[in-house]
Amino acid sequence: MRVITDVDRCVGAGQCVLTEPSVFDQREEDGTVLLLTDEVRGETAERVREATHLCPAQALSTSD
Amino acid sequence: MERRCPYAPPAEYDRIRAENPVTQVELPTGKRAWVLTRHEDVRAMLADPRFSSDRANPRFPTLVDNTPMRAAFKPSLISMDPPEHGPARRAVVGEFTVRRMEALRPRIQEIVDQAIDDLLAAGEPADLVTHLSLPVPSLVICELLGVPYADHEFFQLHSGRLLSRDTSPEDRRHSVDQLTSYLDKLIVEKEAAPTDDLLGRQILKQREEDNVDHEALVSLAFLLLIAGHETTANMISLGVVALIEHPEQLALLREDPGVTLSAVEELLRYFTIAEVATTRLAVEDVEIGGVRIKAGEGVIGLSNAANHDPAVYERPDELDIARGARNHVAFGFGAHQCLGQNLARMELQIVFDTLFRRVPSLRIAKPVDELDYKRNATVYGLHSLPVTWS
Repeated sequence: MRVITDVDRCVGAGQCVLTEPSVFDQREEDGTVLLLTDEVRGETAERVREATHLCPAQALSTSD
Repeated sequence: MERRCPYAPPAEYDRIRAENPVTQVELPTGKRAWVLTRHEDVRAMLADPRFSSDRANPRFPTLVDNTPMRAAFKPSLISMDPPEHGPARRAVVGEFTVRRMEALRPRIQEIVDQAIDDLLAAGEPADLVTHLSLPVPSLVICELLGVPYADHEFFQLHSGRLLSRDTSPEDRRHSVDQLTSYLDKLIVEKEAAPTDDLLGRQILKQREEDNVDHEALVSLAFLLLIAGHETTANMISLGVVALIEHPEQLALLREDPGVTLSAVEELLRYFTIAEVATTRLAVEDVEIGGVRIKAGEGVIGLSNAANHDPAVYERPDELDIARGARNHVAFGFGAHQCLGQNLARMELQIVFDTLFRRVPSLRIAKPVDELDYKRNATVYGLHSLPVTWS
């Protein structure tokens, strides 16, 4: 599964980092999302889906 | 509407959600507004840019007369819409990232330990609000912002007044003026000699970007100072009461400190102390939950009703610290979701872990229904909480 981010929408709430820190981080300067990897599988993919649902700015999406 | 028992949302919320989930109400100010009570509708509304946060708009459906706040200063983050909001939030959100909050953990632990020492030294019965709930978030926000903690009684007094619906418009104006002139003076000092704290760093950042705006900094400091005082303090007090009143839940927490994170989310959901912070004004016609809301109409996303929606939470009025309630809207949703949420999470987690480990016999010194609840405040909580421990 591919992870897609829309940095322009991101408001730096950090919900993604709390959910899956091996995939998401935040930029030091402005707190916006930083992808550590954009291909995920298995349980990691499940948590990425959860992060997508929790993201308040709806800045995350996935594609198969 | 008053809470039941005294934690659960008013019974009317369940009735409204079941019978007429998007409905119009009359507010104390005489204005009318839609209330949304379903989790799905509240999330949809808060994520939709066709709803404005501009509290200076005279049509904004405020519960109290907010003219003194509007007159006092520039709009802060909570009142901004795009395109101003994004860049303004990004200018400060780097101070609140998960990583930055994690770096504060050892210092927050020290502050919590010191506050518990003070509570124990005060002798029984002691007021948990005075010795723990208020000093912890107050010291943390003061150190983060670079505001002298020595002045804490002054901010606590005025932030309490601003968040009480019983405060008269004159007293509200007085509190706004007092806090604004205090912060104005403090920021003038920091502009002369920038300090290594959030406000000092914002000053340097403004200069670097050639975007110097003293008034915006005063209003940011005002927002963060108020938000940093009342919210976490009330969650500490209410959380302690709820955990003591649910001994089987407290036992789960004690057995496995790994559960604390999930317990914090559940307590945030269960109490949803800032239930009308999620109020907006429609700037275009929008359909929500099958109802057409017209441009110019106010909407209250009733987050406490949303967080007790049985479509999302089984047995919503039960406290279940293991339920994994992360999708709650207690911090709001959308572009304005609470800036300090990760700081609040960390403070609550450290307080509950440390308090129940260090003071295992902690009890409430009064019947729970006789405690002094903030029944008419913008942020729900407790004025005082007498506790004993031996």
